[in-house]
Amino acid sequence: MAFFDWLGALPGAAAQGIIWGIMAIGVYITYKILDVADLTVDGSICTGGAVCAVLVTSGVNVWVALAVATVAGILCGLLTGFFHTFMGIPAILAGILTQLILWSVNLKIMGQANLAVPSRAFKVLIAASRVPKSLLVLAGFMIVLIAVLYWFFGTEMGASLRATGSNIQMSRAQGINTELNKIFGLALSNGVVALSGALLTQYQGFADINMGRGAIVIGLASVIIGEAVTARFAKNFAVKLLGVILGGVIYYFVYQTVVFLGLDTDLLKMLSAIVVAIFLAVPYWKKRYFSNPKKKEEKRDA
Amino acid sequence: MLELKNITKTFFPGTVNEKVALNDVSITLNDGDFVTIIGGNGAGKSTMLNAIAGVWRPDCGQILIDGVDVTHLPEHKRAKYLGRVFQDPMMGTAKDMEIEENLALALRRGKRRGLRWRITRAEREQYRELLAGLDLGLETRMTAKVGLLSGGQRQAVTLLMATLKTPKLLLLDEHTAALDPKTAAKVLELTDQIIAEKKLTAMMVTHNMKDAIVHGNRLIMMHNGRIIFDVSGVEKKNLTVETLLEKFSQSSGEEFANDRALLN
Repeated sequence: MAFFDWLGALPGAAAQGIIWGIMAIGVYITYKILDVADLTVDGSICTGGAVCAVLVTSGVNVWVALAVATVAGILCGLLTGFFHTFMGIPAILAGILTQLILWSVNLKIMGQANLAVPSRAFKVLIAASRVPKSLLVLAGFMIVLIAVLYWFFGTEMGASLRATGSNIQMSRAQGINTELNKIFGLALSNGVVALSGALLTQYQGFADINMGRGAIVIGLASVIIGEAVTARFAKNFAVKLLGVILGGVIYYFVYQTVVFLGLDTDLLKMLSAIVVAIFLAVPYWKKRYFSNPKKKEEKRDA
Repeated sequence: MLELKNITKTFFPGTVNEKVALNDVSITLNDGDFVTIIGGNGAGKSTMLNAIAGVWRPDCGQILIDGVDVTHLPEHKRAKYLGRVFQDPMMGTAKDMEIEENLALALRRGKRRGLRWRITRAEREQYRELLAGLDLGLETRMTAKVGLLSGGQRQAVTLLMATLKTPKLLLLDEHTAALDPKTAAKVLELTDQIIAEKKLTAMMVTHNMKDAIVHGNRLIMMHNGRIIFDVSGVEKKNLTVETLLEKFSQSSGEEFANDRALLN
């Protein structure tokens, strides 16, 4: 019986996984491409959700709400970028500052800590009560987003953004405005994150001031899982992005499974964080304990 | 071509680590000058190149490139005049990007980077030819990530990148120092070849006195943030390591304390 319950819950988990996977693509842009750890996302995902909730409940078209939510996220990223470049604050701290600012801003946007957007009362694109349709819509969002990002990072401007993340000295020497690129990347990333927040709000039927807590960890987990799963064959950028979404879906499958096994859900955040910590440590451990090319060479010479 | 007027730079002013890296340095380069720069550690050789490149602003003084005052231009805006190769072979290329992508980035130095595709088919052919000219077999690996290349290969690619869009001035900051002797010789030969072909104005910092004498048409020696010796033409051609060392102790009142330079 429980097995079929679990099986029945998988499509819903997949939908949530795609939403968080889209969020993780935002994290991928900063963490992997720009080489900046941006903690703004914990706040900007909620900003996206709050803006969407307020607009939809006041009768605004849901597509317009999604667009405005995305723009709100872009503004969050701009603020962090401003802190980081113009004010010279380290990226992590800049993100934390914006996150704290957004806590107040998000409360002001919603006027309360929680705002319901019941799918019965309002016209929304996706809802937990309509999983098959939601999955289709989300797949559409996923494909369009990946296509747009694949195109953008293939352009001159996108390539200069990748160069900024890969080697900042070289980028400057080649005439790339690295500060501007960092701001742009942070804005793009948080726009994507806020879009996912708006989608999440519709899907779960409410926006909540706490909905973004620990989002960065889920994002990182999705990026890491996605990389591990697609490492073998992911040379293509689009496949890598698809891998990130897949990472989000796998994360929610595991989440669902653990819940069904009866684990205390209060512990989930801790477990996610520990798993991410271990995965982040693996490359460091590998370098420190398992490879010592110099020694090997000396042996060969001797 | 290039004019430095009374450039002074002090690092960590007002602390125990205070260091006058450049002390009232003035120099004028003519079109087509290939200047080699030698001097001990901390003499100000790299600092002078960084001042020209705009890594930071000098405390005072003026920098003109082709008559344009660039003293207050940020590094990325000055880049359109300059080609740069660094001592660290890892520094001149983006390791996560393909060889051809790196070259395409360099071709667009000084241009607006818009939403056109990052590389065109015609460019690819151009890169293939240029890479084939290096004779390192890179022309068949154009979509390989630069991170997979050796230090010498990366330095050769960096040199291509620095000169792909012809710079007004080429800055070489000990660009062969981190390479093994054979590779260093090859990269240096390539440097000579490119500078001659494109008739570039160039500055090359080196630790190797012999290289400093053999290459270029002008030689500068630096000490304690000052230019203490500047020689060109026939006089430069007739220099020997011994006369250079003599000049050094004459001008500075010290022995040349740099084993690396002496041993070479």
